[in-house]
Amino acid sequence: MRIGLFVTCVNDLMYPGTGQAVVRILQRLGHEVDFPAAQTCCGQMHANSGYRAETMPLLRRFVDVFEPYQAIVAPSGSCAAMVRESYPRLAADDPALAERVAALAPRVYELSELLVDVLGVTELGAEFPHRVTYHPTCHGLRMLGLGDKPLRLLRGVSGIRLVALDAAEQCCGFGGTFAVKNPDVSTAMLADKARHVLDTDAEVLAAADNSCLAHIAGGLSRMRTGVRAMHYAEILASTGGTR
Amino acid sequence: MSEARAEIMARLRAALRDVPPDETIEDVPVARDYHRDGTGAGPAQLRDLLAERVADYRATVHRCAADDLAGTVGTILAEHRTSTLLVPHDLPEDWHAGYPGTIYRDSANFPYPLATLDATDTVLTGCAVAIAATGTLVLDAGMAQGRRAISLVPDHHVCVVGADQVVGTVPEALARLDPVRPLTFVAGPSATSDIEFDRVEGVHGPRHLDVVLLS
Amino acid sequence: MSVAPQGRRLLPVLPHGSGHLAPPQPFPQRARAAVADPQLRANIRRATRTIRDKRAAAVSEVDDWEQLREAGRTIKRRVARHLPELLERFERAATAAGATVHWARDAAEANRIVTDLVRATGSDEVVKVKSMVTQEIELNDALARAGITASETDLAELIVQLDDGEQSHILVPAIHYNRAEIREIFRREMADAPADLTDDPAVLAEAARRHLRRKFLSTRVAISGANFAVADTGSLVVLESEGNGRMCLTLPETLISVVGIEKLVPSFADLEVFLQLLPRSSTAERMNPYTSVWTGSVPGDGPSDVHIVLLDNGRSATLADTVGRQALACIRCSACLNVCPVYERTGGIAYGSVYPGPIGAIISPQLTGIAANKSLPYASSLCGACYEVCPVKIDIPEVLVHLRQSGVDGARDRPSAERTAMRTLSWVMSDQRRYENALRAARISTGPVAALTGRGRRRRPGGPAGSLAHLPWPLSAWTTSRDAPLPARQSFRDWWRARDDRPGRSAAPDPGTPAGPPDPGTPAGPPDPGTPAGPPDPGTPAGPPDPGTPAGPAALGSSAGPAGSGSGRPAPSEEHADE
Repeated sequence: MRIGLFVTCVNDLMYPGTGQAVVRILQRLGHEVDFPAAQTCCGQMHANSGYRAETMPLLRRFVDVFEPYQAIVAPSGSCAAMVRESYPRLAADDPALAERVAALAPRVYELSELLVDVLGVTELGAEFPHRVTYHPTCHGLRMLGLGDKPLRLLRGVSGIRLVALDAAEQCCGFGGTFAVKNPDVSTAMLADKARHVLDTDAEVLAAADNSCLAHIAGGLSRMRTGVRAMHYAEILASTGGTR
Repeated sequence: MSEARAEIMARLRAALRDVPPDETIEDVPVARDYHRDGTGAGPAQLRDLLAERVADYRATVHRCAADDLAGTVGTILAEHRTSTLLVPHDLPEDWHAGYPGTIYRDSANFPYPLATLDATDTVLTGCAVAIAATGTLVLDAGMAQGRRAISLVPDHHVCVVGADQVVGTVPEALARLDPVRPLTFVAGPSATSDIEFDRVEGVHGPRHLDVVLLS
Repeated sequence: MSVAPQGRRLLPVLPHGSGHLAPPQPFPQRARAAVADPQLRANIRRATRTIRDKRAAAVSEVDDWEQLREAGRTIKRRVARHLPELLERFERAATAAGATVHWARDAAEANRIVTDLVRATGSDEVVKVKSMVTQEIELNDALARAGITASETDLAELIVQLDDGEQSHILVPAIHYNRAEIREIFRREMADAPADLTDDPAVLAEAARRHLRRKFLSTRVAISGANFAVADTGSLVVLESEGNGRMCLTLPETLISVVGIEKLVPSFADLEVFLQLLPRSSTAERMNPYTSVWTGSVPGDGPSDVHIVLLDNGRSATLADTVGRQALACIRCSACLNVCPVYERTGGIAYGSVYPGPIGAIISPQLTGIAANKSLPYASSLCGACYEVCPVKIDIPEVLVHLRQSGVDGARDRPSAERTAMRTLSWVMSDQRRYENALRAARISTGPVAALTGRGRRRRPGGPAGSLAHLPWPLSAWTTSRDAPLPARQSFRDWWRARDDRPGRSAAPDPGTPAGPPDPGTPAGPPDPGTPAGPPDPGTPAGPPDPGTPAGPAALGSSAGPAGSGSGRPAPSEEHADE
């Protein structure tokens, strides 16, 4: 299957390792991965902040760039949700565009959906001998309905010790511009999330969104804790150096 | 018609310009694939479920045959030390044949003042229908129920549920009721969750509810 | 709900409502005070967690819950689309049953009608059933100005009224007080409170019973709202727990009910849906202790003088918005408050409206108009927990985003730094070359910073180049409580290109990944202050041209890859992912 990688702009600039992990995982499974260089940003921050007019060029661009692919994978629950759940709504005023979006949106997958639902794999031969806790990020959990797919993949990693996170389904307080527009509430939410993470004694906090992870890790770092944050794709790509 | 009414109607029509003028209420589809006919449970199972669910909210459930009603009511009132009993005028006398104390029969023609209702120990009524799934009794001011105030002001309510009055679900109950009668749905005694979302029984309505379920 | 394209542009301008609906200061400012109050937070957290778990249990018992939700949503959709006809039907039926129906365009008109009706009875006191709509129009204040004393009879409303405080929750307005505080309020303000009052909830409830008993038996006028109004029959419905509702609806001679026009349901049978949805969603009970249904007046049973005031107060304006109108389906269960992570931290008073929480953040600004209520649509991280529990499936996050958009669109002619940044960013992101130049500039402009900060040296390949503890305003809002990451040494696209250029790359074995967890402290950061907001001049963002070659061996991440991109945070001016 020819898979288009939508790496997302956050990962492109800040977390290239996440995109690299996706490439590695899919290639190991024997799939061809393409990175269309014309991709930029899905426009989620614009749309969620109310800047619809500023979102539309990015939406059109996304459609132009990714239309040719059978499947599009994004290592981000919220960016995948933006395209799949919000694009149809944003494009509704323009029938021609709406039709293209309706055809494209269902082919956009968050990584765990592509692996579990489309490719039918949960065992990737990864090794990661560490204590890990998983935070289900809101858009992945509620908009995409990822359920326990990322966890099923993590359970297949050899050596991993997964520990449950208390109040896991509660938002970490990031919320894009929310973190800056409502800093006190965001910080209070972050403090609770960080406390729950610390309570697990995990070495690594994993999630499906680097933006949320950055927020939580920023708090953990400020608290001078040793917990590290990783996109779960990077755990799935790990081979423990033993291969 | 009032000026306010005319203006509100005009506003609403302006607000709804996207609704096609020929669309009727029935044209807007309503999904009705929830359970409307209960679970297919038999009458005995429904009575068991009702008893369980009524008890769940701290009402006391008594089960007896119709023949034993007077004895059961007598025992309940004795245990409650009832010395004044309020009943609606059309309550069958044999329901309280086992009770020796004072009885007030309230009717529309001779309603007791509120102060008397307030001073009464217990009120005894029937009901219109009972809902097993939610443990609810519905009073509709019909036969053996009286006006709403009598089952409200006294602190102790004894309610008799006939064997054929139990239905499974809320939709089944509403189908049996006449909306134009004053209706009171009762699920357990008066309660509140207003302090720390912690439910405690007993505020303004009757704080003690005994349900006699006939078989 | 589908978006009707024409609805978006041709909204009729209809008058908005007034009353207790908008915070006098912006939400973030009020939230700051709330978040800083540890007792308040502890009280709210404890109460919301209790009810959250109970609700989940009550809902899981029902195997047709999703079908009921869909039925609830579609019945309310039917009501919204045919409100004028249903109101006419309701008025006809209620009038025929002996009620007098009044119409109020706004809060002031409703208050005037009610005040006049009370005056006509000659009474100077009324008892009240808990009612959101009368709090919305601030009826008690209006009555007080007319010399009429209104006594709240719901326990929570009584507590708030005795303390001269503010409501903080739709269902339990006193949720922000704990039992010890309630005991103190009773001892201080309730003249007939027993001397040995404890903080046991049952004892406190008993004190309220005694306090109000005489009022119930003697007051001649009661005021209520209604949870539902049945169009076909003219019936009103009130759900409650304590019996104070039954007292008010049954014992007085005069009953005045103030009802928002959106409260209608078409038929009595439609109640079969809502009487199942509401109790389980609000108090997590199979059925609330008492539900009263009354139709006009009945000789010899209950009030003989029955009035219904139908209130608009911004509801028709809300209805005009084809996306936002779904908010009118709200049945005031407050399940969305109880699951909301923002509400849990701030409580309800921070919202400055009688309708707090997620539903309040979409109802209040629509009733008042967005211009009068700018901050509430942003009082959400868009986490979606509210939508998940809503018994009538109001897509609250959708409406929040829609209202933000309305606010932004409504202010298009006014310059703002945020708009400039958004516009610039959109412009940069709409073109590959501009985007790539910006990425490069971000890395280069922050390079020296990374080198200067000790943390910058702890970077790992594949992750940010380090993190920063302080950023200048306005991004200091981020770094007051979190560290901010720096861009990675090599972007993903540069890695991809370098990999493409490598001979025989397709045959190159996957080097695997060292399995050590990444280096700690690679947190996130807000938009890089330098890059994004520059004017849309293609020249600006570009640093020295760095045509896609890897930045250096260390950054040639293919071998080091993923070992740890730690956490991630947006690039130049991209905070992504509204969660």
